[in-house]
Amino acid sequence: MNFFTRKKSASSAKERLQLVLVHDRTDLTPAQLEALKDDLLKAISKYIEIDPEAVQIGLERDGREQKLVADIPLRAVTRNRAG
Amino acid sequence: MTAQVITLTSGKGGVGKTTAVANLATALAMDGKRVVCMDGDIGLRNLDVVMGLENRIVYDIVDVIEGRCKLKQAMIRDKKLPEMYLIPAAQTRDKNAVSPSDMMRICNDLKPDFDFVIIDSPAGIERGFRNAIAPADKVLVVTNPEVSAVRDADRVVGILEAEEKGSPLLILNRLNPTLVKNNDMLSAEDVLDLLGIQLLGIVPEDENVVIGSNKGAPVVTDAKSRAGQAFRNIAKRLQGQDVPLMNLESQGGLWSAIQRLTGRK
Repeated sequence: MNFFTRKKSASSAKERLQLVLVHDRTDLTPAQLEALKDDLLKAISKYIEIDPEAVQIGLERDGREQKLVADIPLRAVTRNRAG
Repeated sequence: MTAQVITLTSGKGGVGKTTAVANLATALAMDGKRVVCMDGDIGLRNLDVVMGLENRIVYDIVDVIEGRCKLKQAMIRDKKLPEMYLIPAAQTRDKNAVSPSDMMRICNDLKPDFDFVIIDSPAGIERGFRNAIAPADKVLVVTNPEVSAVRDADRVVGILEAEEKGSPLLILNRLNPTLVKNNDMLSAEDVLDLLGIQLLGIVPEDENVVIGSNKGAPVVTDAKSRAGQAFRNIAKRLQGQDVPLMNLESQGGLWSAIQRLTGRK
């Protein structure tokens, strides 16, 4: 293993814990989060056209607060207004 | 005088709760405070042996609750510190012999005569843990810089928040400064960032802790031990004193080493 590229174990510990704690705290499994994303996209698509490929939805921590953060770019619309 | 009730808990077992209770109680008593500690681990008594008082037990906490003795009869006075007492856990009774209201009642009876009541919670988040946190004015969460211990500590912090026990304070135990420096152990900053609670103290890994337990003499009584110093500092903070964190010569790693070499720090 190359000394200079070896990822130190403390970093993996922290990254793994960040993920685990978010799911522990919200009591939401990764599979449930996927289902939530699908439902959310379906609901939004009823009203406005979005680009499903560009959507990013995830749980984030801020201190002891959990946030569901969604970045949902709208598809460029060519407006066909009459007149 | 009315005692402050402080409970130490962790979620995971084996992170050093009992050692921390014995050391904080001893350090507070060395500072002239009147202290009583309670072993909350019914069926798995061990605070007595860490404190070196195992041969003096006649009655235990369940004897008090079930009326076989008076509270004072179950309080074992320390060998060296006359203002420190231990109320041992029962060794043979079943866990349901104690309820949260029993713990509240015992603590209320103790409060007028002491400065601190320190409760050693059992591992887990079951009945014994609920008993231990019920009477607490302040909860201290003990963890090690390891993924399993930090994860369980986070669960406990979540439960304490849900129970409206306020935000607990963190004791980070068994930090190895060399491993942290090599980025092979979570640093204090990492653990604080993950748990999102306030730090009360960091205890470095120190072989004197085991030596102290072996002798039944908590490491705070060893003036030269680093862990002993860390626990004495934490005891001072519990008394409201502003004591800076010990320099563990570990934070910052290579960069701070370069800074030291070049005289910039």
